[in-house]
Amino acid sequence: MVTQVTSFSRSGLSDWLIQRVTSLILLAYFICLAGILLGGVDYGAWKAMHDTTAMRIFTLLAAMSLAAHAWIGLWAVYTDYLTERMLGPRGNLIRRFCQLGTVLALVIYLLWVIEILWG
Amino acid sequence: MKPTVSKDKRPVNLDLGSMQLPITAYVSITHRLSGVFLFLVSGLMVWALDTSLRSEEGFNSVASTLTMPLSKAILWLIASALSYHALSGVKHIIMDFGIGETMQGGVTGARIVIALAICLAVFWGVVIW
Repeated sequence: MVTQVTSFSRSGLSDWLIQRVTSLILLAYFICLAGILLGGVDYGAWKAMHDTTAMRIFTLLAAMSLAAHAWIGLWAVYTDYLTERMLGPRGNLIRRFCQLGTVLALVIYLLWVIEILWG
Repeated sequence: MKPTVSKDKRPVNLDLGSMQLPITAYVSITHRLSGVFLFLVSGLMVWALDTSLRSEEGFNSVASTLTMPLSKAILWLIASALSYHALSGVKHIIMDFGIGETMQGGVTGARIVIALAICLAVFWGVVIW
């Protein structure tokens, strides 16, 4: 039996919507980033760009989206493959351990990005 | 005449390994695999952002690291995985709107995703090397 307590919003419908909204934010962010990097950028321009409020908000929005998106996505993967049926009696323990590690990593990345942008 | 197969003879577990998966299944599995991979390297991306913004030396060290053959290969892998994940994700959203939900539509969508992903992987290869 797989319980819902470790899902992102504890609602499949809500997770579904958040997954799509965050994916569009990440898509916009990475297209912009690819455009900037392909255009060629030096340190001065790169730094100045990330000092603007707009870019800080955009970067933080992308980092928050990544945290939620990866939480939901990996929850879907873990609850499919890291189960008692697939791994035996220790399946649930292994899955919760992986989920805990994943969420911890995502929260750390998010705090790290905040530190990069405003630190 | 009614079939006389007893209930016990019904297969209990569907062995996915015994059958050939459709192209849509491979696109779906690769979407998941690329997602897990991108999560695993996301720390690397945050590190690169941190180092490149910290100082001019940091920016230059990231830039020079990315000229090493192994770093180039990793960067290409990340860019290609991200492109693939984004393309199959966009396909998901298009299908959420009810477009291409039929069996044939799903196969066509999967083929388009693979074709575009290969084009982008080649493009990143040309840009990086």
